[in-house]
Amino acid sequence: MKKQRTWSHGLILGAFCLGFGIVLAASDHITVDDIAARALEDRLNSLGQVIPDSIHDNNLIEDAITMMNERNKEITVYRATREGKVTGVAYEIFGVGYAGQMKLMLGLDAQGKILGVRVLAHKETAGLGDKMEVKKSNWILRFDGLSLDNPLPEKWKVKKDGGQFDQFAGATITPRGVVDAIRKGLELFAAHKEQMMDLSAPKAPMKEEHK
Amino acid sequence: MTTQYRTIVRDGLWENNGVFAMLLGMCPAMAMTGTATNGLGMGLATAAVMAASSMLVGMFRNQITQEVRIPVFILVVASMVTLVDLFMNAWMHELYKVLGMFIPLIVSNCLPLARLEAFAGKNPTLPSLMDGLFMGLGFTFALTLIGAVREIVGVGTLFADASLLFGPAFKFMEMRLLPADTGILMMILPPGGFLVLGFLVVGKRMLDVRAGKAIQMGGAHSAA
Repeated sequence: MKKQRTWSHGLILGAFCLGFGIVLAASDHITVDDIAARALEDRLNSLGQVIPDSIHDNNLIEDAITMMNERNKEITVYRATREGKVTGVAYEIFGVGYAGQMKLMLGLDAQGKILGVRVLAHKETAGLGDKMEVKKSNWILRFDGLSLDNPLPEKWKVKKDGGQFDQFAGATITPRGVVDAIRKGLELFAAHKEQMMDLSAPKAPMKEEHK
Repeated sequence: MTTQYRTIVRDGLWENNGVFAMLLGMCPAMAMTGTATNGLGMGLATAAVMAASSMLVGMFRNQITQEVRIPVFILVVASMVTLVDLFMNAWMHELYKVLGMFIPLIVSNCLPLARLEAFAGKNPTLPSLMDGLFMGLGFTFALTLIGAVREIVGVGTLFADASLLFGPAFKFMEMRLLPADTGILMMILPPGGFLVLGFLVVGKRMLDVRAGKAIQMGGAHSAA
């Protein structure tokens, strides 16, 4: 008798697991395409902000390669081409802020001049460190048009460290991290320009990257 | 509306409020209330999970035996959270980008589980659905209130970015009550969450006392 009861408990639990498993599988099936589409939109959105539509006629995500950055982390380099020539690249750069890692997207033209920088993800203090977000202030736009030799390398710092970039009110560590990340990003381009611009390199798969 | 439903509604929204009376679900009540908008979004997601899981447990209460009820409850809550996670990612993507990493945490929020154990496991489908829904809305109310106080004192705005989350129609909710850069920043940092929650719990008790009721000692002894 006792044994029978044990069995029935297992069966009840198993039945619930099976039922919910089916529901979840069905829901996943319904949403999988929409979720993939949203992820693609997100990526195109952040890329569109750092690479203007006017300089390319290709699909940025199709013409991407992967390579190692200066910290041996694999990054995806998106290339803008027009009439078969590379007109710009964009890739993720990383900086250390007040509350951990910040992820940014850096867009450069073929000469290494900054087309745009945008913050993709960060955990900085709301109201202080988040002024680097373009919807909160236009601080991040001042990097447009700059390159590794403009300003000179020793000026690629916030003003407090003797450089030329304003920190924003109440926050120094966040802008320092951003400036640092951009400078390292520019150096990465300088060191691997050929590799980044090489269109014959194998393409990165178009799969969604999960963090 | 019968007396039973009136009691369920009043319990969920005020008398036995998940946050202010039972002090359950503290993790999202602290972490997701930097702004009123975030509190509202997190609260609504939790309310959806609670309503759906309470209804399901109420529906199957006679099949769920006493011995396996806890794994089944956890399974129900976890499945509902996964559904909310998938649907929100696919169809409410802006909200998902803000709340995304906190949605899975609803599983570990003890409020849904406490209501399944205390109410839905013993009551028919419809009262269970109502209990889950109004407990969830009470939770939403609490999170939105905490978020609103922290946001107003901390940065001087109310429902900032609501239109980004819920769509352009909600632009009217966005308000600036104090001039920019006058807020007390600490209020949107973690200490502010504890302070505001403490003051609001005291405030609720004072209102209850003034209304001539006995102070409800938490109800938490039956749930937590």
